[in-house]
Amino acid sequence: MNEILDGIAKAFQLIISGDPTVYGIVFRSLFFSGVAAILAVLWATPIAMLLGLKDFRGKSIVKGLFTTLIGLPTVALGLLLWLILSKAGPLGFLGLLYTPGAIILGEALLVTPLMVSIATNAIEAVDPEVMNLAKTLGASESQASVTVLKEALSGIIFSDVAGFNRAISELGVALMVGGNLAGFTDVLTTATSSYTARGDFSTAVALSIILLVIVFGINSIIIIARNPRMLFTLSRMPQ
Amino acid sequence: MTPIAELSNLTHRFGSKTVLENATLQIQEGEILALLGPNGSGKTTLLKVLAFLLRPSSGEIKFQGQMVTDKNSEAMRSHSTMVFQETLLFNTSVFNNVAYGLKMRKIGREALDEEVTGALKMVRLEGFEKRSAKKLSGGEQQRVALARALVLKTKLLLLDEPTANLDPKNASIIEDIILAANKEQKTTIVMATHNMFQARAIPHRIALINQGKISEVGTAAEIFGRLSRNLASFAVVDNTFTGTAKITDAGTSIVDIGNGVRINSILETQGKVTVFINPQDIIVSKRQVESSARNVFKGRITQVSDSGASVRLTIDVGKPFSVQITKAAYREMGLSFGAEVFIVFKASSIQAI
Repeated sequence: MNEILDGIAKAFQLIISGDPTVYGIVFRSLFFSGVAAILAVLWATPIAMLLGLKDFRGKSIVKGLFTTLIGLPTVALGLLLWLILSKAGPLGFLGLLYTPGAIILGEALLVTPLMVSIATNAIEAVDPEVMNLAKTLGASESQASVTVLKEALSGIIFSDVAGFNRAISELGVALMVGGNLAGFTDVLTTATSSYTARGDFSTAVALSIILLVIVFGINSIIIIARNPRMLFTLSRMPQ
Repeated sequence: MTPIAELSNLTHRFGSKTVLENATLQIQEGEILALLGPNGSGKTTLLKVLAFLLRPSSGEIKFQGQMVTDKNSEAMRSHSTMVFQETLLFNTSVFNNVAYGLKMRKIGREALDEEVTGALKMVRLEGFEKRSAKKLSGGEQQRVALARALVLKTKLLLLDEPTANLDPKNASIIEDIILAANKEQKTTIVMATHNMFQARAIPHRIALINQGKISEVGTAAEIFGRLSRNLASFAVVDNTFTGTAKITDAGTSIVDIGNGVRINSILETQGKVTVFINPQDIIVSKRQVESSARNVFKGRITQVSDSGASVRLTIDVGKPFSVQITKAAYREMGLSFGAEVFIVFKASSIQAI
C-alpha cells in the first residue's frame, strides 16, 4: 500500500517537475504506438472494407482468422519478430532489431487483427443498401465505398483508438524487439517492468499511473467526442 | 409517345430463385407508371434493373434507344435515380443529404445551394437544411429522400413504395410531390405500390406484376375494368376479397366473402363482386366498442411486420385483413402476435373493383 501511495505522490512530482527521463519515456510510448496505430490503419482499413463490403470464397475463414489473432500473445509475436529481425533472420539485414522501427512494426502487426475485426463489424453494420443508394445518386464504385466508410466512421474511429490502446499497453513486443534500451527504446510498459525488477516500485507505480491516465484520457475524449451531450448531462447532474 | 426505357424478356434469378420472369415493358417518356403487385412480386428487383443497379440474368434493356450493357451501365445511372422503400439517409444534415448527388456531379457551390433550397421547397421542408436528417420524423425523412432524388432532375425517377410506411397525411404530401414533379419537371416516374387506391389515382398507366411476371399493362380504367372479369388477379393484393353481394331492404348490400364473414357496404350491387378495404380505414380495438361502424369482426393477429413508423398487422377473422397502425398505438395497446382483437370499419370504406 505504501508503494502505491508513494507511487502516486512520485507520479505527481515527476509530472510537475518535468523529469526528462519520464517525459522521454512517455513521448516515446506515444510516438511509437501512435505511428504503429497509423501504420496499422493504413493496411487494416482496406482489409476491413474488403471483408465488410465484398463476398468471396473463404471470407468467413479470413474473418475468423483475424478474430483469433486478436488473442495472439504479445510475447509470442515478439519472439517471432525477434527471430525474423535478428542478424541470423531473413530480415536481419535491415538492422531493425532493438530500434524504434522494430517496436513500431511489431505493434502495428499486433493491433492489426483487432482493428480489422472492429472496423469490419462497423462496416457490416451499415445498411447494405447504402452502396446502392450512393450509386443511384451518381457515385462510382469507389465513391460509394467511401460513403459507406463515412457511415461507419464512428466504429472505425473506435477501432483505431482500440488499436492505439492495445499498442501502448503491450509489453511483450516492445521488450523482445526493442530491448528496453534507456533513452532509446524504453517505453512506459517496458520501463515499468524494469523498474519493478530493480525494486524501484515507486517509479514503476508512477509510470503505470501515467499509462492509465493516457489510456483513460484518450478513451474519455473519444467517448465525449462521439456523444457531446454527455458533457451537458454530466454538468447538470444534481450536486 | 416515345419510350424512354424498354425491357425485353427480362429474367433475373437470385441463386435458384427466379424473381423476374420474361418481363417485357415499355415506359413512355413523361408518364407515371405504377407497378402494382403484392410484396415479393418482383417490383423492387424491376426497379433496381431500371436503376442500372442490377444486371438481369437474361434479357435486354434499352434506355432512350440505346442498349444497356456492362460497359455503359455505370454511365447510364446518371439518367435515373431510385428512392428505396426503407428510407435511407446519410448520417449528416438534411442539406448534405440532398446535396450528395449534386456533389458527385461536381456542381459549383452557388448552384448547389440554389438547387438544394429549391428541392427542399418542393417537398415542403424549407428551413430544414441544418437539421440532422436521421432525427426527423418518418414522413420528413421520406421527403428528404425524395428531395435528394428530385434535385438531380434525372430523366427517370424510380420510387419503391414511396408511401408504404407513412401516415395518411404524409402519404398525401408525397403523392402531391410526385404529381408536381411529373407535371413541372416532366420527369418520367415508375413507382412500385401495393396500394390500389394509389394505383388508381396517380399513374397514367399500371403494370400488374405477380410472382415476377408482368401480367397486364394499361390505364387504370382498362386494368380495373379488365380485372373485374379476372378476379383471381387481385387475390394476392391486401384486403381484396371476392364474394357474393346481396342487396338489403335499405338499398345497401351485404357481401359474403366466405368463411362466415359478411361485410356491410353501401354499395348498391348484387351478385359476384370484388371489394377492397384500405388497411388504413380499419380500426383495431381490444374490446368490442359501440360505434356507428357497421362492420365489427373478432379475430387474432397472425402476422406482425415493421413498416418504418407504422406496424402492419394481419388479423384473421375468418378471412385475413391487413391493418396499419402506428407503432405507438401498437405499444400502448400491448398488442402482440396471437392476440385476440376486434377490427372495425365503416360500410362506406368498402370499394368495389
